Amino acid sequence: MGFPTANRPAIGRMKKCRRCSKPATLHITEMREGGVHELHLCETCYQEYLDFSETPEDTEAPETPDSSPEIAIELSGDQTLEELDQTACPNCGISFREFRSQGRLGCPHDYTEFENELLPLLENIHGETQHCGKLPTRAADSSHRQYELIRLRKELQQAVASEEYESAAQLRDAIVALESELGLTDNETAD
Amino acid sequence: MDLDSLTHISGSWLRGTGPDADIVVSSRIRLARNLARFPFISRADGDLRDEIATLLKSQVMDLPTSPRFNYLDVADLEQIDRQFLVERQLISREHADSHGSRGVAISDEEHVSLMINEEDHLRIQVLQSGLSLDSCWDLIQQIDNQLDETLTFAFNERLGYLTACPTNVGTGIRVSVMLHLPALVLTKEINKAFNALHKINLAVRGLYGEGSQAMGDFYQISNQITLGKSEQQLIDGLKDVIPNIIKYERKVRDELVRKNRRELHDQISRAYGILQTAQTISSEETMQRLSSVRMGINLELIDDLGIPAVNELLIHTQPAHLQKFYNSELEVRERNEARARFLRGRLAERRGEQN
Repeated sequence: MGFPTANRPAIGRMKKCRRCSKPATLHITEMREGGVHELHLCETCYQEYLDFSETPEDTEAPETPDSSPEIAIELSGDQTLEELDQTACPNCGISFREFRSQGRLGCPHDYTEFENELLPLLENIHGETQHCGKLPTRAADSSHRQYELIRLRKELQQAVASEEYESAAQLRDAIVALESELGLTDNETAD
Repeated sequence: MDLDSLTHISGSWLRGTGPDADIVVSSRIRLARNLARFPFISRADGDLRDEIATLLKSQVMDLPTSPRFNYLDVADLEQIDRQFLVERQLISREHADSHGSRGVAISDEEHVSLMINEEDHLRIQVLQSGLSLDSCWDLIQQIDNQLDETLTFAFNERLGYLTACPTNVGTGIRVSVMLHLPALVLTKEINKAFNALHKINLAVRGLYGEGSQAMGDFYQISNQITLGKSEQQLIDGLKDVIPNIIKYERKVRDELVRKNRRELHDQISRAYGILQTAQTISSEETMQRLSSVRMGINLELIDDLGIPAVNELLIHTQPAHLQKFYNSELEVRERNEARARFLRGRLAERRGEQN
């Protein structure tokens, strides 16, 4: 099931219904395991979409020839989608292309790394891009430092895999140092 | 926790108590949380998953004042036991079917469950009988606050709690109620209700959440949006609209009774008769007949059976439950016979109790 955001003007130009040519009034962002898709439908076709979505077979929804899934991504500046796809998070290593095809992010830092691309997507899904709910007691700053641990661990894993034991040892020390700096060693480590 | 002993009892959320429990079977709130210093599950290899699971397990099991938890290592469970937990709504289908280190902590009364290494590192769920979202929220807040004292969750000021899927980011909250709407389904009024819900960004799903089909006229209504509104606003969004659906269902039931009492009574009595006498019955048909009987009890057309007994049968007649109850692996045909035998026995017992 997608996420209809009714009666909100589409970002950018007015969109036409993907199934007929009437103006689209409903804008749906689907986050399935197969990836992120955007659908623009008129009221009538939306009704059909809903009826169809209620059957379990709807994942095989036939598409009209010219309606291959549109990717809910806005390109900024003169970057091409190919270039964007190659961009990867320095912490967890996920590429933007991998996110697009899986619909799942690799680590918390991706929200910062891919912020420009994610904000329009979040706007489509939620209609808002500013959190106004509960706050954790810990300062966000300490939280940002924690994301470095994700990178260090990934590098450690790579170093071990390529048998670079010297740098692996250094990375292990760096992880321990950062963990103790963040006060994680006593109550938050598992062993 | 001994899963075999659970086959004879039910979670407290099936009690059939609480406000509007004739139509609202249960209320549920879940929160998605991730640890700031680990990648999300899809990018975590075996060792990291082990580390996350060990860490979260120790934190959850050490919580000072929450209910007592039993921990199950989901990766070590037999397929049938995982399915059994899905049927009881204690873990998601995704959690049952995935791979790698993962677990679940379950309270004795089965009203709290914490899934570890599902799509997010931690999914906290509180499930209660009837329309009781406020008490679900009170309890889940307590648990989340306690965990927040020792764990640093992934969070940023703009986007709130950070989750593996952008559809959960912000509050990470899913507020849902399970409704029994047989009259709206019977009169095909249900689509009107669903369209109205979709337009205010509420999702309608089947009994087992995402991707599942509605069975036996049971539907889950939940918030779609998680960012830009506070938890309380999202809860209120549901609390505002659910009474209207309840009223709508009641109105249509009244009309059915007024205009077609005899037909309705006949249909309900036949459903009840089939459940008490069938020699083989599928789970779909069971759901359908139990739904009729449930409505019959609410309309006082059936007076020798209670709502809790029907709620319990909805869960206990499902495949993994039956197989665990009879303690043997059963194929579809054998299951249908076992289900009919189970229903005949249980209904004879429960009818006795009611009188």
